[in-house]
Amino acid sequence: MTTKAWTPSQILLTLLGTAVSILFLAPFAWGLFTSLKSETEAVEVPPHWLPEDWTGQAWKALFESGNITNWFVNSLVVSVCVTSVVLLVSALAGYGFARTEFRGKSVLMGVVMAGLMISPAVLGVPLFTTVQQMGMVDTYWGMILPQCAPAAMVYILYKFFQGIPRELEEAAFIDGAGRWRVFFTIVLPLSRPSLAAVGIFTFIASWNNFLWPYMVTNNPDLMTMPNGIATVMNSYGIQWAQLMAGGLMAGLPLIIVFVFFQRQIVAGVAHTGLAGQ
Amino acid sequence: MAASAHTIAAPARAKTAAGSATLRRKQGFQHGGWFVAPFLLLFALFVIWPLLRGVYLSFTDANITGEGASFVGLDNYREALNDPLVWDSLGHSAYFTLLVVPCITVLAFLLAMLAHHIERGKWLWRLCFFAPFLLPSTVAANLWQWLFNPGTGMINHVFGTETPWLTDKSYAMLAIVITTLWWTVGFSFLLYLAALQGIPGHLYEAAKLDGANAWHRMVHITLPMLRSITGLVIALQVLASLQIFDQAVVMTDFLPGPEGSTRTFVQYTLEEGFTSYRVGYASAISVIFFVIIAAVAFARMWLLRNREETAR
Repeated sequence: MTTKAWTPSQILLTLLGTAVSILFLAPFAWGLFTSLKSETEAVEVPPHWLPEDWTGQAWKALFESGNITNWFVNSLVVSVCVTSVVLLVSALAGYGFARTEFRGKSVLMGVVMAGLMISPAVLGVPLFTTVQQMGMVDTYWGMILPQCAPAAMVYILYKFFQGIPRELEEAAFIDGAGRWRVFFTIVLPLSRPSLAAVGIFTFIASWNNFLWPYMVTNNPDLMTMPNGIATVMNSYGIQWAQLMAGGLMAGLPLIIVFVFFQRQIVAGVAHTGLAGQ
Repeated sequence: MAASAHTIAAPARAKTAAGSATLRRKQGFQHGGWFVAPFLLLFALFVIWPLLRGVYLSFTDANITGEGASFVGLDNYREALNDPLVWDSLGHSAYFTLLVVPCITVLAFLLAMLAHHIERGKWLWRLCFFAPFLLPSTVAANLWQWLFNPGTGMINHVFGTETPWLTDKSYAMLAIVITTLWWTVGFSFLLYLAALQGIPGHLYEAAKLDGANAWHRMVHITLPMLRSITGLVIALQVLASLQIFDQAVVMTDFLPGPEGSTRTFVQYTLEEGFTSYRVGYASAISVIFFVIIAAVAFARMWLLRNREETAR
C-alpha cells in the first residue's frame, strides 16, 4: 500500500478527484444535515450547512409516524423476491437460448430482444389494466411479477453463456451427465460473477423502482420505500427534515451493500460482457 | 425424451466409440425448451400480452374499468396526432434526452479516466461517483428539489443567485437534467471503468516505447478501444432518457411543472390513463411512443450493422 509513489501527476489527480468527490457528496451532506435540524431551522432563509441545534427530532418523528418500517419491509420483500425469480428464470432462459436447440428458437430470441424496448414506462396503462384483470392490484404479486421478465438480464446471461467453451460441457455429456446436471454443476458455478452482477443490478433497480409500484398500489401499507416517501410524505405538506431522514433511510441499505461488494460489482460489470460487448 | 435418445444412441455405440460420442454430445444440446419456458411465461403475461392488449385498447374508447368499451377505429390516433400536449410532452422528453445523453457520456468517461488513473484509494472514488445511482429516483429528486428551492435551498445560496429553478419554465427542465446527471452518471461511469480495466496494458507499454505521449496514447489506444462501450452507453442512455418520468414528477410535486414545461411523454400517458380515465386514448399514445422507441432502437442496429460492414 505504501509502495506507490506520490509523483506530481498523482498529487494533481488526487486533488482533482477529491474536489470532484466533494461535489458528488455535497448533496448527501446537505440531506443528512437537514435531517438533523428542527423543521423550523430547516426552512430558514438564508440556508446554512450545519445545524445550529443538532436534533434527532425528524428521525424520531419518522419512526413514530409509523409507515416507514412497513415500507422498508415491503421494499425488502419485493426486491428479494424479484431478484430471486429474475436470477432463476433469466439464467435458465439465457442458457436455453445460448446452448440448446429447440423449434422456433431464433424467432423467440428475436421476440425477447424486441422486449428490450418495452418497459412499464412505455406500456404502463395496458400493463396496469392487465394486472387489474388478474386481480393483482394492491397485492405483492402485482408489484413483484411484472418486474420479473427483464429481457436485458436474459440477454446479458445469454452473451455470457455463449462465451463458455463448449468443450467443458461436452466432456461432461460424454461422461454421462444430463443436461440439467451440467447446467447446475458446471455452468452455474462458472457464471458466479455474471450472476452476481445481474442479481445486484436487479436488486438495485427493484429497490429503487418507483413507477410500477406507484401505478399498482394505492394502499399506503403496501407501498415500498421510494413510493411511500414520495407520495405519502409529500401529501402531508412537505416536512423537509423528515423527508431527508426518510430519503437517507431508503438510500442507505444499497450504499452499505455497495461499500462491501464494490469490487465484485465492478468485476461483475466487466464479466457480464456488458463492458466488452 | 431421454429414453428415446438412449435407444438411438445404443446402436451407435455398437458401431464406433466416436459415433456414440457425437450423438451424446448433440443430445446434451437438444430440446432446451424447458429452460426458456419459465421466462417466456412471465414475458408473455407481462410484456407481450399487455403490448397486444394496448394495441387493441388503442382502437377503443375504454375507460379504467374496461367495461362498455366500443370500437372507435383510428379516432384515438387521429386525436393524438392533433393533440398539442402529445407533441409538447414528446418534445420535453426529447429535449431532456438531447441534453442528458451527451453530458452523461462525456462526464462518465472523464470520471472513469480519473478513477482509473489515480493509484490510491480506488474504492473511494468508485464509491463517491457511483453512490448517487444507489438512491431511489424519488429520493434523489427530493434532495435536489430541496437544493434548488429558491429561498431555503443551497444552490442559489452558494452561487449567490436568485434563480427560480423549479417554478420558471426556462429553468425547470434544466434543474431536472442537472439532478439526473448527478444521479445516474455513476452507472455509465462503472461501464467505462470496467472497459478501461479491460484494455491490455501491453498496448500502452508498446506505445510508450515508440515514443507516444499521453495524448497520443489516449487518442490512438484508449478512445478506439472504448468505441463499443461508448455505443452501448449512448444506446442505454437514449432509451432510458426518452422514458424519463420519476424525477420530473417528483421535483414538480406531481404536477406538469411551470406552464406544463416538464410534462414528459410518460407522464402525459399516465395522466390520460389514470387521471382522465381514458385508457383507450392513453393506450394509443403508448403505442405511438413504443413505435418511436422501436424506431430509435432499429436505427441504432442499422447504424451498427453498416459500420461493421464498412469495417470488414
